[in-house]
Amino acid sequence: MSVSANAPLIEVRDLGVRLNTSRGPAQAVRGVSFSLRRGETLGLVGESGCGKSVTALALMGLLPDSAVISGSIRLDGSELVGLSDPDYCKLRGNRISMIFQEPMTALNPMHTIGRQVAEPLRRHTNCSAGEARKEAIALLDRVGLPDAAKRVDAYPHQFSGGQRQRVTIAMALACQPDVLIADEPTTALDVTIQGQILDLIADLVAERGMSMILISHDLGVIAENVQRMMVMYGGTVVESGATDAVFKRMGHPYTQGLFRARPRLGARKGTRLKTIAGTVPELADLPSGCTFAGRCAIVEDRCRVALPAVVDVSAGHGVRCVRTDVSMAEAVGVLGA
Amino acid sequence: MSPPLSALAEAGTARPQAASGFWRRALRHRSFVAGGTLSLMVLCAALLSLVWTPWSAYEIDVAAKLRPPSAAHWLGTDVLGRDIVSLLLVGARSTIMVGVIAVGIGLTFGVCLGLIAAARKGWTEELIMRMSDFTFAFPAVLSAIMLAAVAGPGMVTSIIAIGIFQIPTLVRLTRGSANAIWAREFVLAARASGKGGFRITIEHVLPNVLPILIVQGTIQFALAILAEAALSYLGLGTQPPQPSWGRMLNDAQTLLFQSPMLAVYPGAAIAVAVLGLNLLGDGLRDLLDPRLARER
Repeated sequence: MSVSANAPLIEVRDLGVRLNTSRGPAQAVRGVSFSLRRGETLGLVGESGCGKSVTALALMGLLPDSAVISGSIRLDGSELVGLSDPDYCKLRGNRISMIFQEPMTALNPMHTIGRQVAEPLRRHTNCSAGEARKEAIALLDRVGLPDAAKRVDAYPHQFSGGQRQRVTIAMALACQPDVLIADEPTTALDVTIQGQILDLIADLVAERGMSMILISHDLGVIAENVQRMMVMYGGTVVESGATDAVFKRMGHPYTQGLFRARPRLGARKGTRLKTIAGTVPELADLPSGCTFAGRCAIVEDRCRVALPAVVDVSAGHGVRCVRTDVSMAEAVGVLGA
Repeated sequence: MSPPLSALAEAGTARPQAASGFWRRALRHRSFVAGGTLSLMVLCAALLSLVWTPWSAYEIDVAAKLRPPSAAHWLGTDVLGRDIVSLLLVGARSTIMVGVIAVGIGLTFGVCLGLIAAARKGWTEELIMRMSDFTFAFPAVLSAIMLAAVAGPGMVTSIIAIGIFQIPTLVRLTRGSANAIWAREFVLAARASGKGGFRITIEHVLPNVLPILIVQGTIQFALAILAEAALSYLGLGTQPPQPSWGRMLNDAQTLLFQSPMLAVYPGAAIAVAVLGLNLLGDGLRDLLDPRLARER
């Protein structure tokens, strides 16, 4: 399969996605590049509409036909952009899998869960109905569904949200994919279940040597679950690097804003959460310069001229900002306070 | 590698169990049982007429016209002296035939086109929908008259005309419901597991729109029976001497004040068939939805 253990499993170069919306063409993703080796985990973080999910769907080849994709996505060296749909169908669910946000709607209400978990196996491998069923039971058992052998013929409505998410995880893992994309897998679940599901995903990723792309708007989830992270804003990656490095020294004013906006234990009663002023820009008419310029506290005229280049503030830690000297000096003070 | 026997045995037993569960639930479902019974009655009447009727439905005996119910003629005779019971029994046959074939035509084409429109989108969808709008613009009677002018009036012509008339309704309903299913996340999940448009349509979209189609199908069946009655009235449907409930109803119209019961019998027969089918459709919709399948 792979040429060598060190070669990237998935390599995304300058990915751009233009969507046709009712308000005209919208550049939903611009210049996203990253690569992921086997067994590595990457987090994508950002608020709604920043291009996280579009990036994930582009990797899966599931964008609407009207979307224009530029750049390159390589899986094990072979190009995925422009791949025909039948060829893509052979990869989806087999080598790249996805876990969705809403476990309540990600399962077909008319089919038993056993059938839904067994289906990717029947499609991508030559196993018989009996084998697929046995494997489905084993998978359901592995993802921690109690009494899997008995409940394999039950319908989705007979399960709780957390159990359903376990079922969708079993579906995604059925064919032992190389890359797992988890698009906000715990957003719809309550906090106690969130932890269990994330632990389960982490265990399975380690156990099977998969690469994972975890999408979330929750910094805490990202901090605990991935080795590297990318912060997205307005369709561009504004900061990327090893998770520890980014959390230790946040370089981009947006990342800092996100971090300040999170609720904290032990804060005095009545303390208001700090918010980032303004709203996310419309993707249909993005500003010409830095996408964050309109909401940034340390914006200068040159920020609005062109999209800033990525500045490497330390090895592997890049920030798309022209004022890292100021922002990072300030950041030390902010985080210390 | 061969699967262990236990797995095969489990896979083998799963189906029959599910099936017996279906019938157990079905027999407890009131409207399914009532609708099933009424529909079965109509079906039995049609089958019975193939082997036996009290009198011949084609034999005219003007001397015995408009008789009240008696031991010989249970429901009396019509204006030509034909036995009403025999006419109703034989009429059930044409009613069922018209309904089944016309709704069959409508469902086959309507559902296929609707599913294609929803799966393909773009100009395919546009073409199918505009074509169905075009068909929709012609009243059923008009298209039947056009067909009759080409192919000659008769039962077959009326069945085809009614069937064609049903297609656009079902195309729209199918496309609308299918579009709603395509937007659901489990379809995205199915695509993410590597399924193509055809498989998703068959395995995910169709089962989810089927309950709606079944209910609409029973309504269309009722409409087909009424349309056949209307076409027979215009002389474009079932041709005499072939009896049909619609024809009987229309024959009775001129004698409404002399013998109103002549209209009541075929009217009641149509009502029983339509009611039975509607209840059956309602019941089937509930029974086919696993979310409503409460095992007590």
